[in-house]
Order: sequence, then C-alpha cells, then structure tokens
Amino acid sequence: MSKPVEQATSATILFAGDSGDGMQLTGNQFTNTSALAGNDLATLPDYPAEIRAPAGTRAGVSGFQLQFSSEDIFTPGDEADVLVAMNPAALVASIHRLKDQGVVIVNTDKFDERDLAKADLEASPLEDNTLDGFRVIEVQLSSLTKGAVDGLGLGAKEVDRCKNFFALGMTYWMFGRDPAFTENWIKGKFKDPYQAANIAALQAGINYADTVELFESSYEVPAAKLEPGTYRNINGNAALAMGMAAASKLAETKLFYGSYPITPASDVLHALAKYKSYGVTTFQAEDEIAAVCSAIGASWAGAIGVTGTSGPGLALKGEALGLAMITELPLIVINVQRGGPSTGLPTKTEQSDLLMSQFGRNGESPMVILAACTPSDCFTTAIEAVRISLEYMVPVLLLTDGYIANGSEPWRLPELDSLLPINNQKITENNNPDGNFLPYQRDPETLARPWAPAGTPGLEHRIGGLEKQEGTGNVSYDPANHEYMCKMRAEKVARIANNLPPLEVFGPDHGTLVLGWGSTFGSIRQAVRVVQSEGLPVAHAHLRHLNPFPSNLEEILKRYDKVIIPEINLGQLVKLIRMEYLVDAVSVPKIQGLPFKVQEIVDAIRQHTTAQA
Amino acid sequence: MQDVNENAVESAEDEEVSYSKKDFMSDQTIRWCPGCGDYSILSQTQTVMSKLGVPREKFAVISGIGCSSRFPYYMDTFGFHTIHGRAPAFASGAKCVNPDLDVWVITGDGDGLSIGGNHFAHVLRRNVDMVYMLFNNRIYGLTKGQYSPTSEVGKVTKSTPLGSLDHPFNPLKFALGAGASFVARSVDVYAKDLRAALQAAHAHKGTSLVEIYQNCNIFNDLAFDDVVNRKVRDERVLFLTHGEPMTFGSADAPKGIRLNGTRPEVIELGDTYSASDCLVHDETDPVLAQILVEMDYPDFPVPLGVIRRIERTTYDGVFTAQVDHAIEKQGEPTLEALIYGGHTWKVE
Repeated sequence: MSKPVEQATSATILFAGDSGDGMQLTGNQFTNTSALAGNDLATLPDYPAEIRAPAGTRAGVSGFQLQFSSEDIFTPGDEADVLVAMNPAALVASIHRLKDQGVVIVNTDKFDERDLAKADLEASPLEDNTLDGFRVIEVQLSSLTKGAVDGLGLGAKEVDRCKNFFALGMTYWMFGRDPAFTENWIKGKFKDPYQAANIAALQAGINYADTVELFESSYEVPAAKLEPGTYRNINGNAALAMGMAAASKLAETKLFYGSYPITPASDVLHALAKYKSYGVTTFQAEDEIAAVCSAIGASWAGAIGVTGTSGPGLALKGEALGLAMITELPLIVINVQRGGPSTGLPTKTEQSDLLMSQFGRNGESPMVILAACTPSDCFTTAIEAVRISLEYMVPVLLLTDGYIANGSEPWRLPELDSLLPINNQKITENNNPDGNFLPYQRDPETLARPWAPAGTPGLEHRIGGLEKQEGTGNVSYDPANHEYMCKMRAEKVARIANNLPPLEVFGPDHGTLVLGWGSTFGSIRQAVRVVQSEGLPVAHAHLRHLNPFPSNLEEILKRYDKVIIPEINLGQLVKLIRMEYLVDAVSVPKIQGLPFKVQEIVDAIRQHTTAQA
Repeated sequence: MQDVNENAVESAEDEEVSYSKKDFMSDQTIRWCPGCGDYSILSQTQTVMSKLGVPREKFAVISGIGCSSRFPYYMDTFGFHTIHGRAPAFASGAKCVNPDLDVWVITGDGDGLSIGGNHFAHVLRRNVDMVYMLFNNRIYGLTKGQYSPTSEVGKVTKSTPLGSLDHPFNPLKFALGAGASFVARSVDVYAKDLRAALQAAHAHKGTSLVEIYQNCNIFNDLAFDDVVNRKVRDERVLFLTHGEPMTFGSADAPKGIRLNGTRPEVIELGDTYSASDCLVHDETDPVLAQILVEMDYPDFPVPLGVIRRIERTTYDGVFTAQVDHAIEKQGEPTLEALIYGGHTWKVE
C-alpha cells in the first residue's frame, strides 16, 4: 500500500525553528544524507547573532536551507519547495521564502495563545489567510514525539528536544532518504537514553509520514551525474582550514594561526586547532591586534604566519598589516566577511570589505587580495594565498564570507599530485660575501627579498616599521629612497600578475559580461546559464585575484558591450574596475545580509542585455 | 622536515661560544639624546648577552614604539622594531614557533603600559619565556614630553599645562596581579645591579619583568633622583637578597623593615632592634611581594633587585608539548590522510 513516488530534478527544503530547536543540526543531517544519495547540493545556514534569543520570538528564528538536485547546481535555491516550521515565529518569518503551492509542515503543538504572543501575533496564522496558496500539513510534532520516546527515561524538556529528529524523519520519508547515516551519527554522538530516544523519534517521523493521510506522494530526486572521483561534503571554513594545513605540508614549513574569536571566522580556529599533528599550531590571542602581531612574529621566526577574522577585526589589524607590508614578511590574513559597518550583522553575509582590503591602511600599502568563490574553493584559495605569500614575501588578504563559510557543497577531492610544492625565499648563507647580510636585496624578477628567520646563524639583522634602505634594510629617511621603496613595494605586488593563470570566461566573447568575485559565483553562474539557454549573448568571468587583477582582464572587459557586476555591497568591485580600466561597468548591488537569488541576477542581466547585441 | 629553521634548531651547545660586548654592537649610529639613561641600559645588556654562552643568532630583540624601542637597531642580533605596544604579541608568536630563540622584549612606560597594557597583562599571565625590559622614565619622550601612565599626579607637561589628573600606574603591582612569575626592579645607571637583574631575568624560565628606572634628561630630568642619587640612595633604596633580612641605610645609621601586623615599618637598628627583627626576603612569598611593590619613597625605601621569582609552567613549553603529544599520538599524518580522511564517498 505504498504511496506513489514522483520524480523531481531538484528540491529546496527550509528548516526553520527556534535557536534551540536544533535546526542547524537537522539541516546538516539532511545535507550529508543527500550528499550520500549522490545529489549535488548547496546550503544556506541562516541564524541569529544571539545564542538563545528569547524562545519563540521572531528574533530567535534559526533557519537552514538546502537545495539538492540530480543536476549540477550552484545555489541553495531561490525559493523553498518545503518549509518545516517549528513554531509561529519561524512560520511567519520564513513563509515568504516558500514558493506558491509549496508544502509547509507546521508543528501545531506550538500555536497556543502564549506561543502566538511571543511571535507578536494576535491571530493564529493557521486560521487567517497567511497560508493561502500553500499546502499546509499540520502535525502535532511535540506530542507525537512525546509518544514516540515515552518510557525511555527522558525528562519533559529532553523529550521535547527530540522533536527535530521527528521532523527530519518526515522529510526523509518525503524524499525517500535512507536514515542510516543519521542513525549512525546519533550512535556516535549520544549515549542512551538519548541515543535510543533520538533514533525512535527519527523512525517515528518516517513511519508517521508514511502512514497518515497527509502526504499524497513522496518525491525522488535521483543522484546527480557528478564527475567520477572521491567526494566529501564541506563548508568554506572547514575547507579553508584544510587548505591551510595542506599548504603547510606543501611548503614543508610550520603554520601558525593566531586568531581572536569572531563570528563567522571562529570555526577556522576550531578546525585548525585539531590539526596539531600536521605541524599546525594555533594561538588564541587576547585581541585582534595581538592575533595578527603573533602571526607576524611567527613569520619573522620562520613559520607561515596566518591570522583570521571578520570585518571589525580586520579594521583593528590595519596598523599591523602595514608593518607586514613594509617588512615584507609572509602573512596570510583571512577575512570571513559579514554584514557591516561596525558590528553590523554578525551572522549574515556581505562582500563589503573589498575596498577596506584594498585601501584600508595608512601610507602607500598595496596588498595582495584573493577571494574564494565557493565552499570548496576555499581550499584552493588557501593554498594559493600561502603560495603567493611565501614566493613573493608579501602579506596576502584572503576574503571569504558568511555565506560560503557556513554553506556546504559536495567537493570532488583533488588528486594529490595536482597539489604542487610551495617554494619559499629562505636563505641560510650571507648573500653579500663582502660585508653584512642584505635583507632587502631583491630577486631581480619577482622583487622578493630573502627570508632569514630569527635564529639563522650569521644572518643577524634588524627590521621594523621605519622606512628601509634598499639592500641593507637599515633605517633610512632619504627622500629618494622612500619614493623608490614605495614604488618597489607596489611594483612587487603588480608583478605577481605576470605569473597568474589567465582569467577564464564562460560563454561568448561578445554581448554582456557578468563579472563577479567571491561568493556570488553560484548565483551568477546559474543565472548566466538561464539567460544563455534563452539565447542571450551573456558570459561570466569570476575573479579569484582582486589585487593584482589577472593580466588579461582589461582585454576581456573591452570585448563586451556591457559589463555588469553583481556584488553583495553597494558597488565596490565596480569602483575598482572603473578606476583601473575606465570601463563603464554597471553595478548590481544587493545588501540584505543574504546571497543573490538567481532570479535577481537573471532580471538584472535581461535589463542590461539586448538579444541582438 | 617541518622545522622552522633547520640551522637554528641545531643547537650550538656543544661548541663554546665566546663573545665580547662588541659582538653585540651594531654598526648603526645611536640616536638617543646625549645623557639619556638608555645608553647605560644598552651597554649593560650587550655586556650581559656576551656572557650568557648563548649563540648570537638565538637572540631575538623585539620592541614596540618609543625612544627605548629603537634599542634593537643598536644590537647586532636579530631585531624587530614593531608597532606601538604590541611587542609581547610578536614575541609570543616568534617564541612559540621557534622555542630555541632567546627572546628579549624592550618597551617603555607609554608603549608597555598605556597602548600596550593589554598585551603586558596577557604575556605575564601566559608566562611566555622571555626577558621583558620595561624602561620607565615616567614621560613620553619620543612625542616630546607628554605625561605617561607612570607620571605622578599633577605632572605639568605640554598636554597637561595645569597638571595631570590621573593616578599613576604601579607596573610591578599590576604584574603581580597578572600572575607574573618573575618581577625585578633596577636603575639605568646602577650598572652592576642592572646586569645582575638582567642575568637573573634571563636565567628564569617564563616572562621575566625587569622595571628599569630610566632618566629622560630632556623631558623629565631627575625623575628618580630623589631616590637613586648616590648621595641619598643608602637611605632611600632597599637592595633585596633572597634569604637575607631587609636592611638599608648608612653604616652609621642602619635601618631595616619589619612587619607590624600586615603593614611594613621602618626600624632603626641598634639598641632596640637588630637585623634579626627584620623581614627576611623570600622571592616565593606572594604576600611579601605585594608588600614590597607597595613600598615607595618617601615613606619607605624603594625595593630594588628580584622581588618575586617562582617556578611556573611556560606557555611556549606547553604549546610545544601539546604539538609533540599530538604527533606522538597520531603520527605525522600525510597529505592524503588530511584530504581523504574522514567521511568521503566515491562516484564512479
């Protein structure tokens, strides 16, 4: 008597509940299970800055959205097909993200007068017209869960905490998911009675959905035709940490990570702290400034110094970055961008620190800037940042953001021999046999200076924040030397472009170019595919290197009638492009703490593109 | 393969290293004002370093910003003139990745206690192994004479024409509060005592704070003269020796410190009291340390020498041990284990 199974190419689920309802956990379980089922997927965790905002309020709503598909996809979905709402606040805060005729599963046990009052509702949204146009599935989630775990020895509060597994079970049934992964995960994570209770709740959810007359059918989203290889599911922060550890191996040099906890970058510190056996060390500093300074000190002593932060922390590190710049030491500065200015929107995503990264230091202080474009790309970009920093003796800023830091995707693991060794500028012999060591004698091609870590016999020398004399590195107030050194430091950064791979373009060499950087990759790529399938001449190029730009960028820009630049800010890359190339690029800004919907970019492209172009 | 610096890690312990003070003098012209107390401190430091038996390349001299922070440029060692107030953070990073380094931080009352007060507290609490030389001249010198966090209340300077309003910092009291394992005080021109203090600081494992009364003859001349001038110092300073009674004063009028309840008091030695009535210095006694750092002229002689010295785990020591332990437990995993380990699946 099984119900019919409908085929679907992709589906988007949004789990929404209280901060304490375990929605992130639930979403992650669905994600990992879908990855195992062979789907391509993308996720968007979206949670409040408060750890536990008052229960039941709109401020405390925590959401987790994921899209999974039998085709390759790039975004967590514009609109949800299924919304799971654990309480009235979650329902009213999320219902606008559900598509017309979408399914909403509501926990009706949480809709008494008190619950409604907490969500600032006078009438129950179950009884007014809030849910018109949706397929509403009312479930007494709390009491059903209670029934499922009854007699297992849990207290009332503990019983209620199992209800996310009941909800997860229902969605597993809806999409024909095998619960084995989650059951194993529960077994590894919990001891009895919690283990038994969570498994019972999960199973009860599956059985309930199968049995009751609420669902007409379940859906099957077949496995995607992913490229053959070994995969893991990974979020950006984890990929970044893994990339750093890998870079340390590839450079055969210890890596030191000095950091101060800040949302959404703290998970990089957490992940790296587990990599001690890989020669990675972590130092939780007393503040953002000490964090970057400790990393510079580590580089001075011969390690790869890395620090990580988010916008407000980058602002605090500015002076130290200038020091790393003038002392020409290796340093990698990770900025997991979040909504600003000031404290801004700590848990929401934004790309608004590009101009600070480019210009936010005193004096002439150019700095290499890289940006990762997807969760797994954080791995590649981390290695690239270390490579540039060690080869050229420069600090490198690596930008990601909250969206790709916490969002996850299946990642086809790289072949080990594709990861190339990283060279450095370490020196053990005096480069000036006739006299004192010359710490600022540059490589004629790259302009990199030698790296003589403290402790190297015979190479004792002094460096610091005062202007240096070329060659000797001695303090120099000579006017001509200062101008020369400012130009040298700028030229050194500029010359990195000579050894960068050319920027690739997806699409035709005429018409409209959509130029992006960082986490907008997925939305732009999907949108460009949509308009290309309609026959519009539209191409996509995405920048990993933001300073210096790839050397073929100008030539690419000038091929197109129109260049449009979508960014999660008020138009920052667009300013740099106009400034650098005198190209009349069009800004497509969005600054709501959320990534672009594909549709938003499709609309912008259509607005600026003519079919005959 | 992952040594920070293969050459540096090979210890030169089996070789005799023998240096003269000159080996620690760089070729740079010293640009402190003539008569500055920094000259003497530099000279004593160079002398001390030449006699420690440490290979010269191991010395890492790290400073912040200020007159005193120019110090590394004048030392023929590895030197890093960093940014204002943050030297302890640079030093901590360097020491953690390269524990063989012999780290010396040079700072002043503005750099170390004002803009760098936070890092001062945290390096002491962590007890990262280094010598921490605090040049205290009770004035901002490099910015040409504003009052500092150790200036006395009412200090008339360019920024406080009617006198400064804020209560001064007692750096040693603060250091004890932060859990310092080594606290000493000395004076720029007391060459022998300063060398002894620096040697003791170097021998100690942990953050060894030496506050040095340093005269700025341009902007705050004779700031400590009431106490340290050789004509009066017998009466006004107390040289501490572990295990010895606290006595001071001239041979004609010897004095001592005894405890009355919980308060110290000055006693005249002679008919009524003798040295056996005096407090005996114990570098490990936390209460005594508190009493000593509170003592100040004119009510008391100013204590000089090692005030507190206790054994405590160093941060860099446990930092390294934790890594070694992880490697011992997990081996040194390969790149493959890093990327392909954990939960993965195959697509054919």
